[in-house]
Amino acid sequence: MAETSINPHVGDGNNAAPSPLDWLIRRPMLLAWTVALGAATFFWLFGQPWAKWAFKYPSAWKWKISKEISAGMEWLMNEATFGLFTFRELTRAISWVIEKPYEIVLSLLSTGFLEGQGSQAIQIIPPLSWIAVLTVVVLLGRYVKDWKLGALLGGCFLYLVVFGQWESAMVTLSSIMIAVPLGIIAALFVGLLGYRSVWVERAITPVLDLMQTVPVFAYLVPVLIMFGFNAVSAMIATMIYAMPPMVRVTMLALRQVPSEIVDLGTMVGCTRRQMTWKVLIPSAVPTLMIGVNQVIMLSLNMVIIASMIGAGGLGADVLASLRSLNFGGGIEAGFAIVFLAIALDRLSQAMAEKAPASHGDGQNEGILKKYPYTVFCTAVALITGIVGTSWGVSWASWIGGPSWGMYSAAVQDYPEAWTITTGAFWSDIIKHINVNYFDYIDAFKGMLLTNFLVPFKRFLVSLPWIAVVLLLGLAGYTLGRWRLACLCMVLSLFIAVVGLWEKAMITIYLCGISVLVASMIGMPIGIAAAQRDRLWRVVQTIIDTLQTLPSFVYLMPVVMLFRVGEFSAIIAVVAYAVAPAVRYTAHGIRQVDPQLIEAGIVSGCTPFQLLTKVKLKLAFPEIMLGLNQTIMLSLSMLVITALVGTRDLGQETLIALTRARTGDGIVAGLCVAFIAIIADRLIRAGAERMRTRLGLQ
Amino acid sequence: MADRAEKLVCNSVWKLFGAGAEDLLKRTGGAPTVEQVAEGGLIGAVRDASFNVLEGEIFVIMGLSGSGKSTLVRCMSRLIEPTGGEIIFDGNDLLKATANEMVELRRHKMGMVFQHFALLPHLTVLGNVAFPLEVQGIDRGTREERAREIIELVGLQGRESYYPRELSGGQQQRVGIARSLAVEPELWFLDEPFSALDPLIRREMQDEFLRLQNVLHKTIVFITHDFDEAIRLADRIAIMKDGAIDQIGTPEDLVVRPATDYVAEFTKDVSRAKVLSVASVMSPAPRRKPAGGYGGEIPVETKIGEVASRMSDGDKPFAVLGSDGKQVGQVTKDAVVGVLIQG
Ligand SMILES: Nc1ncnc2c1ncn2[C@@H]1O[C@H](COP(=O)(O)OP(=O)(O)O)[C@@H](O)[C@H]1O
Ligand SMILES: [Mg+2]
Repeated sequence: MAETSINPHVGDGNNAAPSPLDWLIRRPMLLAWTVALGAATFFWLFGQPWAKWAFKYPSAWKWKISKEISAGMEWLMNEATFGLFTFRELTRAISWVIEKPYEIVLSLLSTGFLEGQGSQAIQIIPPLSWIAVLTVVVLLGRYVKDWKLGALLGGCFLYLVVFGQWESAMVTLSSIMIAVPLGIIAALFVGLLGYRSVWVERAITPVLDLMQTVPVFAYLVPVLIMFGFNAVSAMIATMIYAMPPMVRVTMLALRQVPSEIVDLGTMVGCTRRQMTWKVLIPSAVPTLMIGVNQVIMLSLNMVIIASMIGAGGLGADVLASLRSLNFGGGIEAGFAIVFLAIALDRLSQAMAEKAPASHGDGQNEGILKKYPYTVFCTAVALITGIVGTSWGVSWASWIGGPSWGMYSAAVQDYPEAWTITTGAFWSDIIKHINVNYFDYIDAFKGMLLTNFLVPFKRFLVSLPWIAVVLLLGLAGYTLGRWRLACLCMVLSLFIAVVGLWEKAMITIYLCGISVLVASMIGMPIGIAAAQRDRLWRVVQTIIDTLQTLPSFVYLMPVVMLFRVGEFSAIIAVVAYAVAPAVRYTAHGIRQVDPQLIEAGIVSGCTPFQLLTKVKLKLAFPEIMLGLNQTIMLSLSMLVITALVGTRDLGQETLIALTRARTGDGIVAGLCVAFIAIIADRLIRAGAERMRTRLGLQ
Repeated sequence: MADRAEKLVCNSVWKLFGAGAEDLLKRTGGAPTVEQVAEGGLIGAVRDASFNVLEGEIFVIMGLSGSGKSTLVRCMSRLIEPTGGEIIFDGNDLLKATANEMVELRRHKMGMVFQHFALLPHLTVLGNVAFPLEVQGIDRGTREERAREIIELVGLQGRESYYPRELSGGQQQRVGIARSLAVEPELWFLDEPFSALDPLIRREMQDEFLRLQNVLHKTIVFITHDFDEAIRLADRIAIMKDGAIDQIGTPEDLVVRPATDYVAEFTKDVSRAKVLSVASVMSPAPRRKPAGGYGGEIPVETKIGEVASRMSDGDKPFAVLGSDGKQVGQVTKDAVVGVLIQG
C-alpha cells in the first residue's frame, strides 16, 4: 500500500514531487544501506592511516585455536581412554572391522587368496578372472534392467581390461565395494535416529551442514593421524565424505512414508523394530535409493583425494601422473575412473527403478530355473579359474602346444601385449598445442590476469575486515532479521580472529570470478535450452554426464594447457560449476505455470517480452538457488585446485595435510565452510523472500 | 437391539491438537467452549463425543471432510491419544492399557481398513494379507494358508502373487479388507474404505461388505462422508459436525426425526421409502380379519419400498409380523402410497 501512494501517477496533486530525502526515509532499509556503504567506502579510502588494525587483523589479537586443536588430537591419541579401552584401541577396532571385509573383496578381485606373509605368500586360490568379472557385470546389467545396460556396463569394464587399467581398477572397486555399503549402513542408522528423535535431528543437521561444506583435506588430517597411511584411512575418509546426503535422504524418506502406512504398522501390532525394518524402510526404498546413488558417486569422487592418505588403485595412478606431469598416463587412469563412475551410476539408478519382479509363481522349480544368472556366473568363474591356473595352462599346452598354453593363461590375466595405450597420443597432442600455441595462450592468460583478475583480487584483499563483517551483518538483517545477522557476523568474525582473513579473501575472489563466469556461460545456455524441448534433452544428457565426472577430471586437461596457477584453478572450477547454472536456470523457466505464459501471450507479449517480463521474473527464485549450488560446487572444487597452486584457504588445508597438522587443517577448513554457509543462508533467505513476494509459496 | 452387549463405549472423548491442550481441558473442567478452544490456538478435532457401539452392529460415523471422523476413529484404537474422556472396550478402560497391552489388543482384537489402502508396496497380495500374522511371529506355512483362505473370501483368488501396483483400486481395497480380517478381529474399524473408489466400484464393494458382515458378524465402526453409503450400510449412524456429534440414531430415526437443521439438510433428499420400515406407517390390526383377507405377510422391519412392489397388484392390506412371528399390525396401500408420494 505504501508503495502505491508514493507512485507519482497515483499520488494526489499536493505532494506530486516528494524530495529524494523523503523518498529515502520511507525506505529505512535502503537508507541504512546507503549510509553503510557510504561510510564503508569512506573508511576504506581514508581510514588506513589511523586504523591500521581494521585493515590487517593484528597478529597479537589472533586466537590460536589451531594449536589447541592439535594438542587435543595428540591427547586423544596418546591418553584418552573410555575406562574399559583407550581411544587408540577404539580406532584399531574400527580399522579391523573395515579391513577384514576389504581383504576378502580385494583377494577376490585382485590379489587372490594368499597363504603366508609378505613376499613369501603363496596364492592358493586365484582372483576372479577378468572374463568372470566381465560376465558378472554384463549379467547384472541384464538382471537389473536389460541387455542394453549389460552392454554399457560390459563396455565400461572392457575399457579397463583393454587399456591395461584392470589391476588398479579392481583395487579401487574393492575399496568402493566396502566403503559404499558401510557408509550406507552407517548413514541409515544415523538417519533413523534423526527420524525418531527431533533432538537428534536438531543436533545432526548443523553437523551435516559442516560436513558438506568443510573441504575434504581438512578432515583427512585427523583421519590420517587416527588410522595411519593406508587403505582403511582412505575408506573412512570416503565414508565421511559420502555419508551426509544419505543421512538427509534417510530422514526425508522415512518422513515421507504415508501416515496411513505407519498407522497400519501400529494397528497390526508391530514392535518398534518390526515397524522400522518391516514397514518404514521397505516403504521408503525408492527414495532411499536416490541416497545410495549419491553415496556411490561421491565415493568415486573421492577416489583420487583418498589416494593422498593411502588408497591405491586408479586414484594413486592419476595423482602420481599429475605430480610427475605425465599427462598421457593420467588421462587413461582418469578415464578409467570416469567409466567406473558411469557404470556404477547407471547400475545403481537402474536398481532404484527396478520394481520387484512381476507376479508369476516361481515355486518348486530347479535351482537353474530359479537362479539362472547366479548359476551361470559361478560356472564361468569356476571354469575360467581352472583354465587359468598353472595346472590348466600346462594341460592346455600338453594338448595343443605352447600357443594354447598362452591363451589359457590369458583367461586369468589379460596379457600385457594385447593392451592398448593412448598415453603417447595424448602427450603428443598436448605437446603440439603447447609448442604451437603456448605464446597465444600465455598472452591471453596474462591479459586477463593483469587487467581483470589481479585488480579484483587486490581490491578484495584491501577491504577492511571490520567493514566487511558489519556489511555482512546488515545483509543478514535485511534478508533474515537478527538471527541471520548474528550468524553472518559471528562466522565472518571467526575467519578474521583466527588470522585467515587474507587467504579467505583470495578464496572469495577465486570463487567469485569462477561463479560469475560459470553463470555467464551457464545461464544463457539454460535460457536457450529451456524453451526448446529437443535442445533441452541434449543439454540435459550432457550436464548429467558432466556431473557424474569426478571433480579431478576437470583439473587434468586444464593443467596441461595452462600450467599451474590461479588461472588454471578458475578454469577448472568454471568447467565444474557450469552444470548447475544451466540446470537450475532451465528448470526454473520450465516450471513457470503455463497458464501465466498463456496469459502473457494473450496480452500480446513478443517472445522477448514473454521471456524477460514473465518467465525470467517468475523463475528468479529458482535461478537464485542455482546460483547457490554453483557457489557451493565452486567452493568444493576450488579446494581441490589447491593442488595446482592457489594461495587461498584450500592451499592452507592442503599444507596442513602434507605436514599432518590437525589444527591448521581443521581451522582453515572451517573457514571455507563458513564462507559457504554465509553465502548459502543469505541466498536462500533472499530466494525465499522473492518467492513470497511473487506469491509462489 | 437393546439386548446386545456394549462392545465399545466412548464417554466425552476430546481431542484438541496444539500445545497446552490438556491444560485447557483441566482449566475448563473438561468442557471448553468453541471460543475457549480457538483462543488457546488449538484445533478441536473431536469435541465431547459420547456413544456406544453394540456387539455385532455396524456403527457408521458420518460427517463432511474435516469434521474429525478420522481423528475419532484413531482415538478409539489409540493411534492418537485422546486429550480427555474415557474409552471402554469390553468393559476395560482402553486408555489405561499399557503399550504392551495395546500391542496385544491390536494384534488379536482390532482390525483397520484405510482410505488409501495402506498396502506395503514391497509385498505381494499374499504377503500383505499375511503381514499381521507375520508380525505375530506365526510360521510361514500357517500364515500363508490362513491368508489364502481370506483372499478367497474377498474374491481375489488367483492374484496371490500380484504386487499392489498391479491391481485396480477396488482390488487393492479388497486386499486391505482381507488383511484387516486376517487376525479375526472382534472390532473392525473402516476409515472411509470406499471413498477413493469410482461410484460403480463403490456400490459393488458396499454389497460385498454387507455380504461379508452377514457371514462374519463383526462389531464395526465404519467412517464415511457419503450419507447414502451410511444409510445403506448402517444399523446406527452418528452424524459429526466440527468435531462434535449432532445426532445418533438408526437411519429411520434420522430421516423421521432429525435433531438439528444440519441433519435435516442431509436427510431431506433421501428417498423415504428406502429408509422407513412398515412399522412407521403400520396401523393396529383390526380384531377381525378384513373382508378380503390379507394380501400377504411381511416382517416388521421390511422397508416400505419393498412392500410397494408387492402391493401393486391389489388393494388388500398386508399383515405385519413381529420378530416372534405373531401379527403386530397391518399396513394399507394408502399408507404406503402416502410415503412414496413424499419421495
Ligand atoms: N495431527 C494433527 N495436527 C493438527 N490438526 C489436525 C491433525 N490431524 C487432524 N487435524 C485437524 O483436525 C480436524 C479433523 O481432521 P480429521 O479427523 O482428519 O477429519 P476427517 O477425517 O473427518 O476428514 C481437521 O480440521 C484437521 O485439520
Ligand atoms: Mg479422514
